[in-house]
Amino acid sequence: MAGEAIAFYILTGMIVTAAAIVVGSKNIVHAGVSLVPVLLGVAGLYVLLRAEFLTVVQILIYVGAITVLLLFVILLTEGATGLRTRQRNEQVPLAAAVAALFLVTLLVALTRTPWALTNQPSAAYNIGAVGTSLFTTYVLVFEVAGLLILASLVGAIVIARKES
Amino acid sequence: MIGLQHYLILSALLFAIGLFGVLTRRNAVAVLMGVELMLNAAAINFVAFTHFVSPGLVRGHVAALVIITLAACEAVVGLALVINAYRHLDTIQVDEMNLMKG
Amino acid sequence: MGVALFLNIVTALLEIELVRMFLSVVAVFTFVAIGGAMFLVLMERKVSAWIQARIGPRHVGPGGVLQTIADTVKILQKEHIVSAQADRFMFSLAPIMVAVAALLSYVVLPWGPGVIVRDLNVGLLYFAAVSSVGVIGILIGGWASNNKYSLYGGLRSAAQMISYEIPLGLALLTVAVLTGTLSTAKIVEAQPYPLLYYPFILVNAFIFITAATAETNRVPFDLPEAESELVAGYFSEYTPMRFAVFQLGEYGALFANSALFVTMFLGGWRGPFDLPLIGAVGSGIIWFLLKSYAIVFFLMWVRWTYPRLRIDQLLNVSWKVLVPLGLVNLLVVSFFVVMGW
Repeated sequence: MAGEAIAFYILTGMIVTAAAIVVGSKNIVHAGVSLVPVLLGVAGLYVLLRAEFLTVVQILIYVGAITVLLLFVILLTEGATGLRTRQRNEQVPLAAAVAALFLVTLLVALTRTPWALTNQPSAAYNIGAVGTSLFTTYVLVFEVAGLLILASLVGAIVIARKES
Repeated sequence: MIGLQHYLILSALLFAIGLFGVLTRRNAVAVLMGVELMLNAAAINFVAFTHFVSPGLVRGHVAALVIITLAACEAVVGLALVINAYRHLDTIQVDEMNLMKG
Repeated sequence: MGVALFLNIVTALLEIELVRMFLSVVAVFTFVAIGGAMFLVLMERKVSAWIQARIGPRHVGPGGVLQTIADTVKILQKEHIVSAQADRFMFSLAPIMVAVAALLSYVVLPWGPGVIVRDLNVGLLYFAAVSSVGVIGILIGGWASNNKYSLYGGLRSAAQMISYEIPLGLALLTVAVLTGTLSTAKIVEAQPYPLLYYPFILVNAFIFITAATAETNRVPFDLPEAESELVAGYFSEYTPMRFAVFQLGEYGALFANSALFVTMFLGGWRGPFDLPLIGAVGSGIIWFLLKSYAIVFFLMWVRWTYPRLRIDQLLNVSWKVLVPLGLVNLLVVSFFVVMGW
């Protein structure tokens, strides 16, 4: 149990620090690369929550694909660090107030709500269980997600295509 | 002892940081990064609720998988738009994209 | 209080098999450094020499076998140089990311019966996931060098690796459908496959080896580091030791991919007969290594035989040939499996 707590706090520190760099860094490439520790930290949380399949999917899709795409587009468009251009708009104080207010509301709400916690020991959720429920109970969700992927695939090709 | 609230607080923090990024960034790709942070925060909540409230059921995992799928689709279409905007307007700063016609 | 807490931490760490973990890491790292990088560099030089009718390294040690050790000693003495205007932190981080991503993929390789660092339920997916992390190292290494050729190399590498992850994933999925498991150890146990599936397995093996060659940036898919056009691409600005770490990652990934090929298609650690004197486990490890090095040799043979593709050809091969082929193959195999043939 102590090990779990230590792991949780290390992951929390990693996620929050890196997330702060993602939104705060003046260097846009640093911001993009800092996304990697955030996403790996979240994958670590999934390990603590016994969700092995999600951990792997998180690394495969988020770290291996989405972050690479983001960095790719940054390098294609900004070319360099983006240090020469202003990276923040003039809404910083307002945005900070909104985010802080949101955070406080959320914290108050979630610490006051009595959650229906259970104490049953939970086994690891194996990939078979996820797959079975994805193809039985949630088959509609699965189909819609597939349709969404198809739509965004076609959309991305059409949008990014060079008009000749 | 790490309980549900620890995860919820962490996810609220991550969501607020992401929100701040979305609201303040000028670079379109950086706005997308903020959105990714917020989506991750939501996914943590789903998985944490599954683990602590209804262990054994995988509903939260399915929801988190759908979130990851959504994030991938959103990133792909968003980045295609960014590339297209850069080609036409020569900028990816969202507050400089002020033309109705490219 | 402090001591008690410390002791608590130590026992907690021991409960999660820290000792075993640590020893596994040491073993894997030693293997990757010696059996992976150093031996494979020597092998590459010897194989290329043999194919080009040269002799290759021959002065250090008997037949030149100690050449890479001499090279390593030389590399260790060189100065670290970070080019002007380069991003120091990213520049140093990039080779480590590439090497760590390659090392992590060794966790799920089944070396022999029961000899595996950790038999994960999601082993195949894990392998694909950690090897896809390495591309970020290449991308930021190319960018941080502050050199346009390095940046080109990094960008090409990103485009290439993202494209080839999809056929690679389809090939892994087909194997998972066939064997009904994602655990690498259980995949070895599920072989040999039924004879009926052989044509599909051949197609699958072809897709996997092509995609794996592209993932490890080797000829004919070595555009990211094309010496003759990009002066070695993303690592042209790196001084020897960091360059060596890149090479460690690259050859580590090469061996890991070959070993995964052996695991999925060639029966893993199973051999035609048990070797005498060393027992089932020992002979399993020997067979596994023999097969893996045979695949590595095959990839080197390809490397020194074929010319490099152009970037459009390379992306077309992935999107117009391998992905449709992989999808059809997956569909047919799934159909067969569902029908119970």
